[in-house]
Amino acid sequence: MEKAPHFVTDLAHLPTSAHGPRSATWWGTLGFILIEGTGFALAAAAYFYLMGQPETWPPGQAPPDWLWGTAQLILMLASLLPNLWTDRVAHQEDLRKVRVGLVVMSAVGLLTLVVRAFEFGALNCRWDDNAYGSIVWVLLGLHATHLVTDIGDTLVLTALMFTRHVEPRRYTDVTDNCVYWNFVVLAWVPLWGLLYVVPRLV
Amino acid sequence: MTAGTDTAVVRRDGPGLGEAETNARLARSWATPPGLWGWLSTVDHKQVGRRYVVTAFTFFVLAGLLALAMRMQLAGPERTLLSPDRYNQIFTMHGTTMMFLFAVPMMEAFAIYLVPLMVGTRAIAFPRLNAFSYWVYLAGGIMLWVAFILNVGPDVGWFSYVPLAGPQYSPGKRVDFWAQMVTFTEVAALAVAVEIIVTVFKQRAPGMSLNRIPLFVWGQLVTSFMVVFAMPAVMVSSSMLIMDRLIGTHFFNPAEGGDALLWQHLFWFFGHPEVYIIFLPATGFVSSILPTFARRPIFGYTALVLALFATGFLGFGLWVHHMFATGLPHLGNSFYTAASMAIAIPSGIQIFCWIATLWDGRPRFATPLLFVIGFIVVFVLGGLSGIMLASVPLDSQVHDTYFVVAHFHYVLIGGAVFPLFGAFYYWFPKFTGRMLSERVGAWNFGLFFVGFNLAFFPMHILGLIGMPRRVYSYPAGVGWDELNLLATAGAVILAAGVATFVGNVWHSLKHGVSAGDNPWGAGTLEWATSSPPPSYNFTHIPVVTGQEPLWTLPQGLPAQGLPVVGGLRVDQRELLLTTVVDADPDLREPSPEPSIWPLLSALAVTALFIGSIFTPWAVVWGAIPLAVGLIGWFWPKSPPDTPEPVID
Amino acid sequence: MSRALRIGSLGLALCLALPGCQGVQSALDPAGHQAGRIAGLWWLFLGVLAVVYLVVLAGLLIAASRPRRRGVLPNGPSFAREERIERRLTGGLTAWAVGTGAIILTLTGLSYAVDRDILGLTDKAELEIEVTAKQWWWQVKYNDPVPSRSFETANEIRLPVGVPVRIVLKSQDVIHSFWVPNLHGKTDLIPGRVNETTLVADREGRFRGQCAEFCGFQHANMALDVVAMPRDRFDAWRESQLSPAAAPADDLARQGQQVFLSAACVMCHTIHGTTAASRVGPDLTHVASRPSLAAGTLPYSKGNLAGWIADPQRIKPGNQMPITSLSPDQLQGVVAYLDSLK
Repeated sequence: MEKAPHFVTDLAHLPTSAHGPRSATWWGTLGFILIEGTGFALAAAAYFYLMGQPETWPPGQAPPDWLWGTAQLILMLASLLPNLWTDRVAHQEDLRKVRVGLVVMSAVGLLTLVVRAFEFGALNCRWDDNAYGSIVWVLLGLHATHLVTDIGDTLVLTALMFTRHVEPRRYTDVTDNCVYWNFVVLAWVPLWGLLYVVPRLV
Repeated sequence: MTAGTDTAVVRRDGPGLGEAETNARLARSWATPPGLWGWLSTVDHKQVGRRYVVTAFTFFVLAGLLALAMRMQLAGPERTLLSPDRYNQIFTMHGTTMMFLFAVPMMEAFAIYLVPLMVGTRAIAFPRLNAFSYWVYLAGGIMLWVAFILNVGPDVGWFSYVPLAGPQYSPGKRVDFWAQMVTFTEVAALAVAVEIIVTVFKQRAPGMSLNRIPLFVWGQLVTSFMVVFAMPAVMVSSSMLIMDRLIGTHFFNPAEGGDALLWQHLFWFFGHPEVYIIFLPATGFVSSILPTFARRPIFGYTALVLALFATGFLGFGLWVHHMFATGLPHLGNSFYTAASMAIAIPSGIQIFCWIATLWDGRPRFATPLLFVIGFIVVFVLGGLSGIMLASVPLDSQVHDTYFVVAHFHYVLIGGAVFPLFGAFYYWFPKFTGRMLSERVGAWNFGLFFVGFNLAFFPMHILGLIGMPRRVYSYPAGVGWDELNLLATAGAVILAAGVATFVGNVWHSLKHGVSAGDNPWGAGTLEWATSSPPPSYNFTHIPVVTGQEPLWTLPQGLPAQGLPVVGGLRVDQRELLLTTVVDADPDLREPSPEPSIWPLLSALAVTALFIGSIFTPWAVVWGAIPLAVGLIGWFWPKSPPDTPEPVID
Repeated sequence: MSRALRIGSLGLALCLALPGCQGVQSALDPAGHQAGRIAGLWWLFLGVLAVVYLVVLAGLLIAASRPRRRGVLPNGPSFAREERIERRLTGGLTAWAVGTGAIILTLTGLSYAVDRDILGLTDKAELEIEVTAKQWWWQVKYNDPVPSRSFETANEIRLPVGVPVRIVLKSQDVIHSFWVPNLHGKTDLIPGRVNETTLVADREGRFRGQCAEFCGFQHANMALDVVAMPRDRFDAWRESQLSPAAAPADDLARQGQQVFLSAACVMCHTIHGTTAASRVGPDLTHVASRPSLAAGTLPYSKGNLAGWIADPQRIKPGNQMPITSLSPDQLQGVVAYLDSLK
């Protein structure tokens, strides 16, 4: 026997997309940021742990050269400006500006990859030299994978914004992508300190 | 909406549409395509959850058979049924399979199936990620077992201590398969954790404020956060291990500045929380089953939630108690003694609340409750032997002996597998629409309980009188013969209990009594829909007014009497998102359609992971198909979503 | 606290009446100070926790079986929560949590006290023995300030009764764990690190130790004998170990020595007083004085020795000693020679 359900409200008026903590994707992004942040923290802890083993640190090598790592730091911090701008215009759902922002961010992202390649070349160690070399390469490589995935995401989003798939949800995708890039940049600051400053302090 | 199409049709859930029509439209929108294609492309959390259950149970049986093989070998001294090489592979596979391929995935399976139903939503968050996680898990499990069958199974223990597991002392590919299996299962577990967190945070039915979340869901939520913080540790360490083995890094090589104990710190930083990742969901089973069969709301809801958080938090501060024998400073060890013992407080609170619920209720001793009682009897013993292990001096004697084997089987089988069997009997009607036989269930419980205690209790004594773990043989005359024989006999009875369960499922799937929506008269939302639930879970999203929504209804009102909300689309997959704390309706978001891309992406990941065992370049080349898979996955469908229907 | 520990040792006395606890490899049959304190602590923990367990079981039993109010069970709980009962249960919960806290605090304190007491022995060591674990046997070096008074043996540790001995623990390959349950708990041997433990035997006896950390293929057969003997006998034994190997006394042994020194044996083993000086395998200078063969795999006897040399891979598959092809005569000679190395 079918009984009439007891409706208490009608939610048809609710919006179908929103930015930030109101959307599910934002929380999903946050979840993955937590996971990856934990990964970074543990790798950094391993760095400090290994630092306690040999007499000197770095053991027998010169610390990584300043130039490229610091250039990367400056480039990344500077990239926060277009990133935050893209985030703002995506909130405003201004398609033209969002396209500009994404193109800029794609270019900046590819540039950071180029700089990263030079960074590897200026580490003054190989991963198979000793445990110091191993952890340095892994830390830099771990951050590089985050660069690659975020840039891949940015490129796909940029392409999407030039297709007929533009709809309100795409703008929330853009803001989530901006959140992730902020994380990638902010993760680099302590890593830069670990890779470039710490070996000069001890 | 363009003029000329069926603007007159109301496509929203609401009083105007009628129940039959609503169901028909929802069924069309949420259907999985028929046939093999549908099977491969489904994103329905119930189908994926069922697959997880069946796969994890298969691994449980396989690992159980390995345990039997070990018990046969150890039934008497100096037996030669298994060679040391085979034995070492078998005990490694047993532990690895039980921990990585059975226990954690099984708990995830129940989360995937039940959490969306319990919070009253139509689908899990990120359903494609969910499908992907299953394929990745399945691939990792198959890879490990194929390797084992081909005699390249790992043979250095489920903990893979270096340098034994390192390139020098374990040449060949055995350990590489182990390390990559870890990567597979952790990717799957992390994905599921994020899905569960977001489902619980954002998709609870209106009115399900924090203080009304079912304890099972709380348990899964805390577990998911533990996964988020613990699993990266094992991914980092197993990646370091595989790099040491394959590309010549030196993380664990003391000759080049590495250190063997770094592995142990990282591994146990994951490994101890892992125990709670298995145990906390099981407490959720107990907290679900007990009120239903004690016919009383759970006593101490708030205390139980706080105990979950306390356990989850403390679980990260104990890892060093696995390393008391490594020669770390004793003062530090004492801190870990205190922390390890402190976890007895939240556990004790939980036990008290459960017994109090039973005490004040009017219990009905159906099979799920029998398993819960068995759980308390067995788990408390395991918890108490855990207090012994937390003591540095006592641990120095019994660490790495059969005492520890006894302890963690009391904790893990007692704490997780007993509740799990209770959960099987409890939710089987919901999963399949049929009841399991109660009479066979009592036999199942009896054999399992007796067999378990017979198998594992003697191991406490064996450890105290000197028998170390992980030995393929032992000499006659040390005094271990009789107890080992007893343990083997118990293992056979235990296996008979599991066989009884399999027989019960086999028979009941076809001939079981039809269950109906709510056969146990339970109070949580998964019982407010049909058994098994439709693809869209609920005809209307319910409004929650208490901790047991079905029990807070006015007397005599059946489940259909729940207040509900209208306004969601029925012509497309749409979810209701609510606010994190109060679960106020906030947003309607689309939910993804079935897709083959998660499977293809999982295959690309599999090729990448397995390939990387043989050449590091696989990481580079494998990234290309993976990128293709992910782009296909996230590229919006065409044509785009139909526009919003007109609201009449 | 020390009274509590004395109560614990009462349990120990109780256990010794049972045959099950006694044994050459039992933590419950202590023959040394540390093992004794730990066993006392164990019985104390067991007593306290057994009471806790019985309380829980009793609670569960009463909860499950106590008489109930009558009444038909509807499809749903038949009552609202009663305030009075909730209050009483909450009171019970509080008491229970406080009680749990008090018990674990006490146990933590006792555990800490025993730990301190055990560590107190570290500074009193009068002898030093260096144990190096290898897959799958134990190299044992008796260190002496006078280098010429140091010597090496294998798979066997002899201790003077009542004298604390520092054991320096090293590993050459993978992680092992040094464990002689009748004397003390275990300590790991980790490559790249040096660990220490102290042993003291309170009475004479022969005990069995075993590797307790999984170390690969033959982890199961990596045992060692610990012999506690009176000081004077220990000193005499020590003098005998310092002497080079006895020269072969008869033709058979002489022929065996020739075979030993010309066959593969010499590639791995040392026999002081001969040209055999390789350090891959155990030092055999006084092999016939040891209680067992192949790290506790076989009791020492001439027959077992012959069987071991003839086919070590059958007795301990995967171990590092290869099969040496010897004719029956050669084998007989080698066995006669080695058996003369008391």
